[in-house]
Parts: sequence; structure tokens; C-alpha cells
Amino acid sequence: MKIVCRCEDLTEEDIVNAIRKYDMRTLSELRQILRLGMGPCQGRTCLPIAARILARETGQKIEDVMPPASRPPVVPVEIGVVGEDEE
Amino acid sequence: MRVEQHPILKFSHGGMIKFYFNGIEMYGFEGDTIATALYANGIKVFGHSAKKKRPRGFFCGIGKCSSCMMRVNGVPNIRTCITPLQEGMIVESDKYDLPETAPYRKPERKTMDVDIAIVGGGPAGMAAAIEAGKHGDVSVLIIDEQPRLGGQLIKQTHKFFGSSMEGAGKRGIEIASEMEEEARKYADILLETSVIGYYNRGHHFLAAVNKLKGIVYEIKAKKIIFATGAQENYLVFENNDLPGVYGAGGIQTIMNVYGVKPGKAGIIVGAGNVGLILAYQLLQAGVKVKAIVEAMPRIGGYFVHAAKVRRHGVPIYTKHSIMEAVGKESVEGAIIAQLDEKWNFVLGTEKKIDCDFIAIAIGLTPSARLAQMAGAKVKFIREAGGWVALHNEFMETTANGIYIAGDAANIEEASAAMVEGKIAAVHALNSISPLTNFEAIVEELRNEISSLRKGKFGEKARLAKERIYEGYYEELRGNRSG
Repeated sequence: MKIVCRCEDLTEEDIVNAIRKYDMRTLSELRQILRLGMGPCQGRTCLPIAARILARETGQKIEDVMPPASRPPVVPVEIGVVGEDEE
Repeated sequence: MRVEQHPILKFSHGGMIKFYFNGIEMYGFEGDTIATALYANGIKVFGHSAKKKRPRGFFCGIGKCSSCMMRVNGVPNIRTCITPLQEGMIVESDKYDLPETAPYRKPERKTMDVDIAIVGGGPAGMAAAIEAGKHGDVSVLIIDEQPRLGGQLIKQTHKFFGSSMEGAGKRGIEIASEMEEEARKYADILLETSVIGYYNRGHHFLAAVNKLKGIVYEIKAKKIIFATGAQENYLVFENNDLPGVYGAGGIQTIMNVYGVKPGKAGIIVGAGNVGLILAYQLLQAGVKVKAIVEAMPRIGGYFVHAAKVRRHGVPIYTKHSIMEAVGKESVEGAIIAQLDEKWNFVLGTEKKIDCDFIAIAIGLTPSARLAQMAGAKVKFIREAGGWVALHNEFMETTANGIYIAGDAANIEEASAAMVEGKIAAVHALNSISPLTNFEAIVEELRNEISSLRKGKFGEKARLAKERIYEGYYEELRGNRSG
């Protein structure tokens, strides 16, 4: 197995298949379908590789592949950090 | 698995610390992280992946890849590679279930209000703090995830080239200690604390967390300098996630900082400077290097480094790459093969090499995700190593008051990172309250950085920066007309 996204256990094959099946053009779309880059490392490991795969599969220039939006939290935290309960 | 003898480094281990891994009593040393203590105890498998249940070990060793997460003292998702070992710690792997009686910890909240917040305490971040402190009367805060300051300098055992002002001729570990001492004079420092997000509340605002202590910092800042470093590139090949496949920097960290060997014998993928220097450092620590493979037809690193490694009998295979990592629970071997002109493997050229680790040394990608979150426009620039935050000559990004410096702004050497940190700090300072000698200070720093980027080896950085500045001004014009 050739792993691209360690956090979400996605292989090169998973990514290629999704691009072909759903005719994907962006990393944001891959993120929505596959959870690519949504694990604890927030895409630090997989996004550069996935960008190359996407460029290769769709014939886009790598320069035209944009990273998906970056949102907090960028590292895993307990839920209590972002929202507090009364009890 | 501890390094016993080393020509340069002395590992003065602290006292013994008892901890428990999946219920088994183990011992580490004071100064270990949880991951290095486990590794020294022969534990390579740090858990299994959540979905496909594949064995996983550490990879980056600096808290970026999150491959080493475990439950520690009941707190889930702790990055064990950057968490110091403490007496009696209960470390558990493969714990994905939610605790039945969720121990809700109400985090302690602390608010801070600073002039300049610096995210990352490596060479760029420390240099920025020192420079800001020297030239102005401002409050400066450094936030870093690691247990100590220094970034990647602390694992560099070789002497630096480059400018004498930036510590050439000294070893990275010495530079780190000197800078840390000085940075502490000028800045407040939060260690083991991760910035989890940027928020715009009419001013710049960061949220940071010290997870084990359960503290949330809410930081208001006039200016932010992101000196967030870089992430090691990962490579796609069969079984590339097997424990034993490590980032070159990850190996340098456990070996040069904590004195733990990655294994008995390994191969290195990539013959750039990082791969070559790593090979030499492994030999110094008493670890065998069976081969270095390089996909390009030529060795990428400096000739002196390659010659040194070859003198020690390490073969360097150019036009070769790794096909497969062999092993069940961890690496037992590697299959390498020759590449043709189209980067495909030439069948029939496979070689199996017995080894217990594989080092990936194929470069770095700037860590610009936080800067991007803060509104900095990001662009893919090949020469810079990937997506970078566009910035100007003063290191300011397209977001007002948001700066970037060091490897986060383009993969380069530590000396350049330091000068960039200083430039960012001086510009930030000057826009908080104007400095009388601003132009002169900046000119001197600009000259220094130009001299660092002279010649053939500076070519890539010069090109990268040209593209980055171009992109920045294009973006600015676009914003004005649009």
C-alpha cells in the first residue's frame, strides 16, 4: 500500500480513483470527499503530494493547485479549549 | 539503542524516570521525550492507524506529522515526540475510544497583550526577538511547541558556513544555546505551547494551548511574526508508512538531541546536503549506512560532504530510488532500483538491502498554514519548496502586520533565517513606533542577506525570493484595482 495521507489512511490509489470518479479539480473537493488533510496533522504531510497527483491527473500546472482553506485548530486539542460548558 | 560514544556530542542523561507503556513498567531518562524513551526501550510501533490498522511509528520527530500520538495520563492525542517524559506517566497506544466518564478538564485561560508575538523559536524566531529587544522598548513573546528553544539548530552537529555575524564556524547546537540565552533577556517565552489558530478580532489574535498543563492562552498582538519552519517531505512508495521509515530530520532529532539511535543499519533516500550530513552523523553515532539513493543523475549536496561519506565506504547510487519498504511490523529491508529518463523504475535492476530503517531526505515544504489562516496570500513557488506566503523585502505578507521569516518563508539555511527574522522584527518595530535609524539598519541587514545568497549555491534562494516579491506586488496591485 502506498500511503499519501497518514492520518486518514488514504492511499495514492484512493486519491487517483476519487479524482477520476468525481472529476475533481481542487484539493478542497478532495478534502470534502476523502477527508484528505483533515486529520490531526491538518494536511502538513499529504497536501504537497496530493497536489502533485492532482496536477498530474487533471493536466493542471502544479502552480495552479491551491491549498484548501486553513482553519483552527491546526493541532488536536480537547473540546473544552474551543467551547466551554457551564457544567 | 542509546548512542554510547560520540566524537562531538556528550549526552549527560538525567535521572531515571519510571513510566508505563500499555501497562508495562519502563524507564527513561530525565530529558527524554515520551517517544525517545519508548524508542530507547525498543518500541518502534507507536500504534496502529485508525482505519486500516497499519502499524505506525514516529516520522518527523518535531510534532508536525502527528504520527506518534498516544493517550498520556488520560489525555488523548498527545504528540509523544515533543512531550517531555515525566515520572509515573501512563502512556497508552491505540486508544481511539472516547473515555466513558469523560474527564472534563476546564482549561485555565490566560490573556496576554503584546506588541510582537513570534510563533516559532528557531533561528528566525529567536533572532527576531533579540533584534526587537535591542532596538526598541516593546513587549515580545515567543511561542514554541517544543520543550526548548532552538528549532532545528539543536540537532545540527556540523559547523556552519555562511556569515560570521550569524555564527559561521560554530556548531548549530552552540549557536542555539547562545541565542536562547540572549532571547530570554528580551522576550517572554511559552514552551510546549502550540498556537492552534489565528483570529481577527479587529486586531491580531492568537489562541495557543499547553495541552498537558491544560492552559489556553488568548494572545492579542500588534504584529505577528510567523517563524513556523518547515515540514519534511514525504515520499510515495510501497509500505512507506511502516515504522522505520523516518524523516531525515526526525532521525537527527532522536539521535543528536536525545542520544537515541534510529536502528542498527539504514539507507538514506536523497543525496542533498541533508541526506549527506545525516549519513555522516549516523556514522558518528555508530550506526551503519548501507546506501544513499538519489533520483537525480547527480548528487545534490556539497562535494565536501559527499566525499566525506564516500571515504567511509557508503555507496551513493544516483538515478536510483526506493521501491518498497520490506517488513511486517517495522522495516526489515528496502528494495531499491534504477530510474529511467521518465522517472520509472527499470525492471530487473532491483536490489534488496537489509536494514532496519529508511531515512527520507528529499527536502522540506514551508509551514505556511498559520500565516495563510491570518490572511496571507499563499502561492506555489517551485524554487521555494512549495506553497509560500507571499511577502515583501521587509518580510511582511499581504496581510497587514503579519510577517513570515525563515524556512516558513522559503527553504534556506539557518543564517538566512536569522537575518530574515531580524528584518521582520525591525520593520514590525518601526511600524509600531518609528525608529530614527530604520533605513540604515534595514540596509545593513539587506546587504547581509544578499551576501548570503551570492554565487551558485544562493541561486535558488535568489530566484525563489524574486518570485515571492513579484507575487506579493502583483497581489497588492490586484487588490487596489479590484
